Amino acid sequence: MPGPDKETELTERIEAFLSDLKRGGSGTGPLRGSAETARETTALLRRITAQARWSSAGDLMEIIRKEGRRMTAAQPSETTVGNMIRRVLKIIREEYARSRGSSEETDQQESLHKLLTSGGLSEENFRQHFAALKANVIEAINELLTELEGTTDNIAMQALEHIHSNEVIMTIGRSRTVEAFLEDAARKRGDMKRKFHVIVAECAPFCQGHEMATSLSKAGIETTVIADAAIFAVMSRVNKVIIGTQTVLANGGLRAVNGTHTLALAAKHHSTPLIVCAPMFKLSPQFPNEEDTFHKFVSPHEVLPFTEGEILSKVNVHCPVFDYVPPELITLYISNIGGHAPSYIYRLMSELYHPEDHEL
Amino acid sequence: MADSGDTEGAGKNDEIERAKTEGKELTKEEKQRLRKEKKQQKKNKEKKEEKASQEGGKEKKHVSSESPASQPTTQTQTQKAPSAVPAQVPVPASETPAPAEKPAKSKAELKAERRARQEAERSSKQGKKGEASQQAATGKPKAPPSELQPVVKRLPEHVQADNPEVLKKLAKKLERQQIPLRSDYGYKVSLFSHLHQYSRKAPLTQQLGIPSTVIHPAIVRLGLQYSQGIVAGSNARSVALLHAFKQVIRDYSTPPNEELSRDLVNKLKPYISFLNQCRPLSASMGNAIKYIKKEISNISSQCKEEDAKSKLLNCIDCYINEKITLAAKAIAKYSIEKISDGDVILVYGCSSLVNHILYEAFEKDRKFRVIVVDSRPRLEGREALRRLVQRGISCTYVLISAVSYILPEVSKVFLGAHALLANGYVMSRVGTSQIALVAKAFNVPVLVCCETYKFCDRVQTDSFVSNELDDPDDLIVTRNGKTQLEHWQQVPSLGLLNLVYDVTPPDFVDLVITDLGMIPCTSVPVVLRVKNVDQ
Repeated sequence: MPGPDKETELTERIEAFLSDLKRGGSGTGPLRGSAETARETTALLRRITAQARWSSAGDLMEIIRKEGRRMTAAQPSETTVGNMIRRVLKIIREEYARSRGSSEETDQQESLHKLLTSGGLSEENFRQHFAALKANVIEAINELLTELEGTTDNIAMQALEHIHSNEVIMTIGRSRTVEAFLEDAARKRGDMKRKFHVIVAECAPFCQGHEMATSLSKAGIETTVIADAAIFAVMSRVNKVIIGTQTVLANGGLRAVNGTHTLALAAKHHSTPLIVCAPMFKLSPQFPNEEDTFHKFVSPHEVLPFTEGEILSKVNVHCPVFDYVPPELITLYISNIGGHAPSYIYRLMSELYHPEDHEL
Repeated sequence: MADSGDTEGAGKNDEIERAKTEGKELTKEEKQRLRKEKKQQKKNKEKKEEKASQEGGKEKKHVSSESPASQPTTQTQTQKAPSAVPAQVPVPASETPAPAEKPAKSKAELKAERRARQEAERSSKQGKKGEASQQAATGKPKAPPSELQPVVKRLPEHVQADNPEVLKKLAKKLERQQIPLRSDYGYKVSLFSHLHQYSRKAPLTQQLGIPSTVIHPAIVRLGLQYSQGIVAGSNARSVALLHAFKQVIRDYSTPPNEELSRDLVNKLKPYISFLNQCRPLSASMGNAIKYIKKEISNISSQCKEEDAKSKLLNCIDCYINEKITLAAKAIAKYSIEKISDGDVILVYGCSSLVNHILYEAFEKDRKFRVIVVDSRPRLEGREALRRLVQRGISCTYVLISAVSYILPEVSKVFLGAHALLANGYVMSRVGTSQIALVAKAFNVPVLVCCETYKFCDRVQTDSFVSNELDDPDDLIVTRNGKTQLEHWQQVPSLGLLNLVYDVTPPDFVDLVITDLGMIPCTSVPVVLRVKNVDQ
């Protein structure tokens, strides 16, 4: 019978994905890009929608929430997983509302007026069964997947609006989005080839900046690699700072690779614009207040190797992976839907996620 | 004019120009240069006037007074075209600082001679004082109120690596001194093409042939230690330099018909050029060399050789004791007042002075813990970590990219300095300015500890114009078996930059602790002035 087989297959896939997430986050394996993670999550959610047994939208949302909690628990720092789950939940809500015939606007936000007039939260059960719901949801998820596939290109297309010739651009670590962004600007268009110079801070201890520099220089861009300690020293000659990030937080701040806060402060001191290239799937409804969940640490061996000997037992060594960058230091966000100021991020978030889904 | 009895080279016309070498034969090149200079000088009216006045009395000039950034070697060749006037640091009050004409070449040699003549002619000089100080300097303009010095400094050679003329002159000078020239290595980032960049892969003796007759073996050893980074840190380098010079003085014997005061200074010149080739001299080393040269030239000609030598050795010991050892004690005493129980102190890299302060505070039973911040590629913080842990101080260790994570825990930041510039900027290991910046953003006080002998007359506003480029291959790292940048030389558009120093603006620094007390960053020129008056 196809049912149980499909179910076991589904659970197998989910387990495989979970263990992948757990392993991928230690920093030692090949670091998978967040775009890949987002795609895989969405594909997995589509599979769950297609293969799991559910009769109403509420059931489906419950299933997805359950799986989602397990996935985020496997790798809390990988926020794209949670983001995609929330996107899909929102899709389900929308499709349900559309099937029921009511307009989307009414169910959107809890407005103060609604609270006063209706006298309490409207309980939306999602219990009604609609035959076409499954197909609609799967179609919507497919659209989401297409959007995900085009994000890097969409961002890269905006490159020429922001980079003029003979500029000196600084970046830190390795971001595939920024790489595509800069390579697009440098590519020859007709007769014109925009020449600019890129300075890459290597971002110890993982030194991902080295990889970024080699790929940029292969694309013909003048690249210089500097040590992290020299960021402030060379900042006076830099025209723009363009960085990628791991997550965009709900207040417009960033959770980026460590060293980014120093870079942002140096840019602010020299009044250099700081541009963040972040696709929409990185936007997360988290706030930076949760001290214990914000930071992630990896093995201190990266910082002080075991070969150092006796002193290891007598010192504390920290190796944080992420940095918090407050929104005041950021000038512009470039995403696949255009450019925004950091103060606009909360609005985008309300379009992407439903407030009830912020807590999975 | 008193002739000191040594062979004066070409003769009368040389005397008029004051451009000659002492006791050496003029090579063809030098004669040509002489002729060129003569023409240049004749074009300038004021120079003629000055010549006339100066024929009668030569002023005393200070050794390497124009570039306190310790480039005595650079005096010679670099200033041909703009005939700038060297900065005059005020000398003991009896002598008049006065603008003097810039000799076109071999400035240090000329100085030595002039000094000898001045000793004999001090009285006539006093008479001419009024005249001379009225002469405006030729070439670059300067502010000439009677007490302030005309401060036009010659540009040191080590920041003109992109000027082929300067490089040629340097090559000629080194050839004359029989010191091999070290060649640059690798692709230089365009912003820094005016600086030298050397490789550390092969030890210096393999790259250059060093003639043992010209350079004392102690100096060769010192040069090797510098170039390989075995002796690093400004205090360590200065002390090593002074010890090497002591050895040189001990082994020195005055050749016949020579005066110790002049000949020894001349002997030191090729050594300094050589050391400069191994690694550009630091500000502290420059001040030490200035001091030694002054002491040597102050030796009167009546002094017997043995007495002179022991006097010099004594002077050097005194200098080390006063300026370095006792200064460290004084600074520690002041700093301990600033360390309270329960403090969390952040230090960067390995500064001998800051480490000393922490040891002393720990001896005095202050309860504090230390966070050591380190950076690639030098990773000097590990050395500091070892030393502190050995003493029993509880430490934490992070890399500089994690400094904004760790800073909320920190109560004070102690930084060491390589030099303090006259406009209040702190020149220190690269990364210091970054730490000061982030500390300022978190409102943590930043204290810089620096001995007064590291104060220098230079001014600088960014880390580009005068810096040191280290071996770019140091940035290469192998992780997980892969070395990304291994073949960076073959990729044409890829460059590696390994800076050694950077400058911290004074608004990031809250306090500077020196052996003279605790001063704000902006008081550095005051200290310099006071110091010079004392001397």
